[in-house]
Amino acid sequence: MSPHSTYDTLRHLADSWGLVATMILFLVLALWPFRPGAREHNEAAANSIFDDEDPRGNDNVQ
Amino acid sequence: MESVVARAGIWLAALFVAIVMFVNAVDTGFAIHMAIFGLAAIAGLVISLRKTNYFALANGVGTAVDQGRYDDDLIRAGVILTTFWGCVGFLVGLVIALQLAFPVLNLGLEWTTFGRIRPLHTSAVIFAFGGTALIATSFYIVQRTCRTRLAFPGLARFVFWGYQLFIVLAATGYVLGITQGKEYAEPEWYVDLWLTVVWVAYLAVFVGTLVKRKEPHIYVANWFFLSFILTIAMLHLVNNANLPVSVFGSHSVAVWAGVQGALVQWWYGHNAVGFFLTAGFLAMMYYFVPKQAGRPVYSYRLSIIHFWGLIFLYIWAGPHHLLYTALPDWAQTLGMVFSVMLWMPSWGGMINGLMTLNGAWDKVRTDPIIRMMVLSLAFYGMSTFEGPMMSIKSVNSLSHYTDWTIGHVHSGALGWNGMITFSALYFLAPRLWNRERMYSLRMINWHFWLATLGIVFYASAMWVTGIMEGLMWREYGADGYLVNSFAETVAAKYPMYLLRAFGGVLYLSGALIMAFNVWQTIAGKLRQEEPLRTAEYDAAADRPLPAVAAE
Repeated sequence: MSPHSTYDTLRHLADSWGLVATMILFLVLALWPFRPGAREHNEAAANSIFDDEDPRGNDNVQ
Repeated sequence: MESVVARAGIWLAALFVAIVMFVNAVDTGFAIHMAIFGLAAIAGLVISLRKTNYFALANGVGTAVDQGRYDDDLIRAGVILTTFWGCVGFLVGLVIALQLAFPVLNLGLEWTTFGRIRPLHTSAVIFAFGGTALIATSFYIVQRTCRTRLAFPGLARFVFWGYQLFIVLAATGYVLGITQGKEYAEPEWYVDLWLTVVWVAYLAVFVGTLVKRKEPHIYVANWFFLSFILTIAMLHLVNNANLPVSVFGSHSVAVWAGVQGALVQWWYGHNAVGFFLTAGFLAMMYYFVPKQAGRPVYSYRLSIIHFWGLIFLYIWAGPHHLLYTALPDWAQTLGMVFSVMLWMPSWGGMINGLMTLNGAWDKVRTDPIIRMMVLSLAFYGMSTFEGPMMSIKSVNSLSHYTDWTIGHVHSGALGWNGMITFSALYFLAPRLWNRERMYSLRMINWHFWLATLGIVFYASAMWVTGIMEGLMWREYGADGYLVNSFAETVAAKYPMYLLRAFGGVLYLSGALIMAFNVWQTIAGKLRQEEPLRTAEYDAAADRPLPAVAAE
């Protein structure tokens, strides 16, 4: 394949199937945390950084 | 015992290689760099031999580390060095700002000209100050969020100190005139190779720690750190594809040429902004802001959309640095469109960070660290609005090559990266040295206001001078000739250069106050001072009203 037709093939692949595939992958990844039943999981993850603090709310500095 | 001998052997081999390279060096700069490599190998040899516990070895006693504590030695070193590199980088920035106003400050020496000192400034603030902060905070956060010690502790030490060696080699190289001429990727081929080794080790330590985590979930800050490490590795390898002219010399020739070279450079350059200065610092934001506010992040789901939005959009935005050049028109439009789309995830992230304070907004008044974090998020929002706007072709035709770009970069770097790093340092210092709080909260307040005023002076001066010079450059007279010569635009910028340098003085003073504050905190001192806010109490008025006679 000549360099020009390689460029042409890749360029057309990129703005057709490449774009569609990337778009689908992005939507799946971005919508994944909104799947049913994920709310609890997200809340647990968001609060996991406070597991190392004592209930009084003070950071346990060693 | 074998491991001690093996380690000493590796250091000796490194020293031997450095000596061979030094002896055969074809240029002075390369010889100086190999001498620095050799000194680093000697330092490594001496330290590894002296730190070995020979008593334990001779008696067959294990020297097990305490698994019940986090591995924080490197993070303590990181806090000190981040503070140090910050002050150095800001000082050099002030010097070059003054050089633009007073050319005599170039001193007539090749080593101190603007052209050599300017990359010293950019690398000192981005790679030395920012990079050291990123390595230190990533090691801190990954241990806390995974509830485990760092994987491969020896390798982690190599990563940290190897990166410091990279900084020294890069900085001395700029002054000596060793450069491959690519913005933000100036270090030559052998320094690039060294950084590659360090970076692969960094990836191994980070992923190794994630693998041995005790928490089921990988907290979102670690996603941002991992994307930062992986993407920087990819960018570094592709953009630094250079062939050395001699293996004993500091000069190399780029594999990419012409417009391809320009595109690769700005694909690298813009993603260095996106993944080094944005993703990495967002990781800090997603850990330190919720921790300091004492509330979980506003929306964990939004943080994941923020993450994937940045990953999928940032990588295409680079061509906006090459509008109206030889780059194909479709690529320019692609860069512009993706830059404009980037506005959305960026503001999603800013809103997410700010809304974390929902219900705790009083802390902006009472906690100077929170105030700093809020300002850094505000600047993140401001510069991620300004950036997409400037990448629109018609705006770019006015703004490009002017000081508006410099102003934009600095509102992001001083406002967003600087402020979030300062607040992370203020968060870390008391915890790492086991102190009740920072030496002085009022000094944090001073730092906040000096830095904020400094940015205001800096950014507003650059907006004015940038738009002014853009308009002067494009002004045609009735006869079709340009009205202004280039020298006239430079002369017109002089007052704004002075204002910019004044902003730099304020910002640097704030950083020096921070350095003093961190130093006193480490020394274990607490400043006796009025608290920032106390509820009002008037003892004289604290009594029932006397009975009043009826009229």
